[in-house]
Amino acid sequence: MSDARGPVKSLVTPTRLEYAYTATGAHAEFLKAISEGRLIGQRCPECRKVYCPPSGACPRCGIATEETVPVADRGTITTFCIVRVPSDVIELKLPYCTANIVLDGSDIPFIALLQECEAADVRIGMRVEAVWRPRAEWGPTFENIRWFRPTGEPDVPVEKLGAWF
Amino acid sequence: MRNVALLSFAQTPHKRRENTRSEVDMVMSVVQPAIRASGLAKREIGFTCSGSSDYLAGGAFAFVGAVDALGAWPPIAESHVEMDAAWALYEAWIKIQTGICDSALCFGFGRASMGTLPETLGMQLDPYTVAPLGLDAISLAALQARALLDAGAHTAREMAEVAVRSRRDAKTNPNAQLTGDFDVEKLLGEPHLVSPLRKHDCPPISDGAAAVVIAAEEVARRVAKRPVWIRGIDHRIEPHHPGLRDLTRSPSTALAARKAGADPARIDVAELHAPFTHQELILRDALGLGPQVRINPSGGPLAANPMMAAGLVRIGEAANEIRAGRARRALAHATQGHCLQQNLVAVLEGE
Repeated sequence: MSDARGPVKSLVTPTRLEYAYTATGAHAEFLKAISEGRLIGQRCPECRKVYCPPSGACPRCGIATEETVPVADRGTITTFCIVRVPSDVIELKLPYCTANIVLDGSDIPFIALLQECEAADVRIGMRVEAVWRPRAEWGPTFENIRWFRPTGEPDVPVEKLGAWF
Repeated sequence: MRNVALLSFAQTPHKRRENTRSEVDMVMSVVQPAIRASGLAKREIGFTCSGSSDYLAGGAFAFVGAVDALGAWPPIAESHVEMDAAWALYEAWIKIQTGICDSALCFGFGRASMGTLPETLGMQLDPYTVAPLGLDAISLAALQARALLDAGAHTAREMAEVAVRSRRDAKTNPNAQLTGDFDVEKLLGEPHLVSPLRKHDCPPISDGAAAVVIAAEEVARRVAKRPVWIRGIDHRIEPHHPGLRDLTRSPSTALAARKAGADPARIDVAELHAPFTHQELILRDALGLGPQVRINPSGGPLAANPMMAAGLVRIGEAANEIRAGRARRALAHATQGHCLQQNLVAVLEGE
């Protein structure tokens, strides 16, 4: 088919599904804490490891985690990735860095955005801290933390991060 | 062929909305009792396979989160099907046949209540039709029911009778969601939801989970007092496009039953994964099940329909009938896709 505008080469047909997520158990507790500017984890009763964010289970032991413990909003980079590919949903200057960070008081790293430093300067073992959005913008979401940035503390030696390699 | 037995089965109570437990919590609550009841230690289980759908959770790779419930350390051999967990059991059965493992844990779960299920299920059509059709799962089932009624094969009364029997039998099933005594005449007086389907012809929306442990004969004989044998299992698929099929029949069910060695004259009880009343009528015809066969004593999917687990629940409930001594041989059926597109049949037997 074609008319004065020329042939149809493509057709955009958006589709959308709506969800109403109900946070339960460990998720609910984590979201409540972060909406108050705190981070929490849960400790496995068997292996004693602390998971943040908590899923309600110890992935190592396969049992419920019930003891809630506070976790710091600063930690150490265990590995990282330098992103050089643009994305529609992220408005950041390229290249930028995402890092696996193990928070002080937690035993498992999670992935987070790193800013306020050159991607080339990021190192395994580098100490980082959360940069929170203004309190008025807080809600039950990880978005309360804008990103992480280096603290300037001395690096943690790689051998002390050994468990993650 | 290696003889394979079902050692244990666990399920959650199925609810309209699970608002207190996450998927991980739900999976733990079935996996742990299924392993305990199997007689095997967790470390002895050679393979794990799950069935779930990221479309229900509304997140890509959401199924990976469920692995947290397993305690996968030291690393386990694990797989996933984006299907009902009856197909996870099928994959595990094949793995046992190949000799790669001697036992397996299979589980399925879904929290369908978080989304709009008829629309979510409608997405199953869309990758193949270029643009979303916007056709929801209830409307598709209604097209099938209309074709069945127009063919003169069955009546709206028979459909209502299926609903009445299912929800009456479900009264003794503590895990069922929709139970009670209903009157056929009254149901037939209700308005249509999507013509010719009335509300009673449709399954409830359910959140739930289920798990089983299966094992090869040498393991089953060692650990189980009363193993239930999977004598045959097979699944067949029909064209994806509903317009290419005769929706009033289920040739894939008939073929799967033949390949699984199901002899309708020797079946005492059948658990059929027929989410809509008219689909039970189609399945009974395809399987040649006469009036002597008890159908869905659990209440079936019309009493509780946990997405991605309801098919596995049929296998578990059929095994329970054998274990309880109420049946010697049982047929279990699971379905996937729209209008009974893909069907699995298993024949179970006691000692």
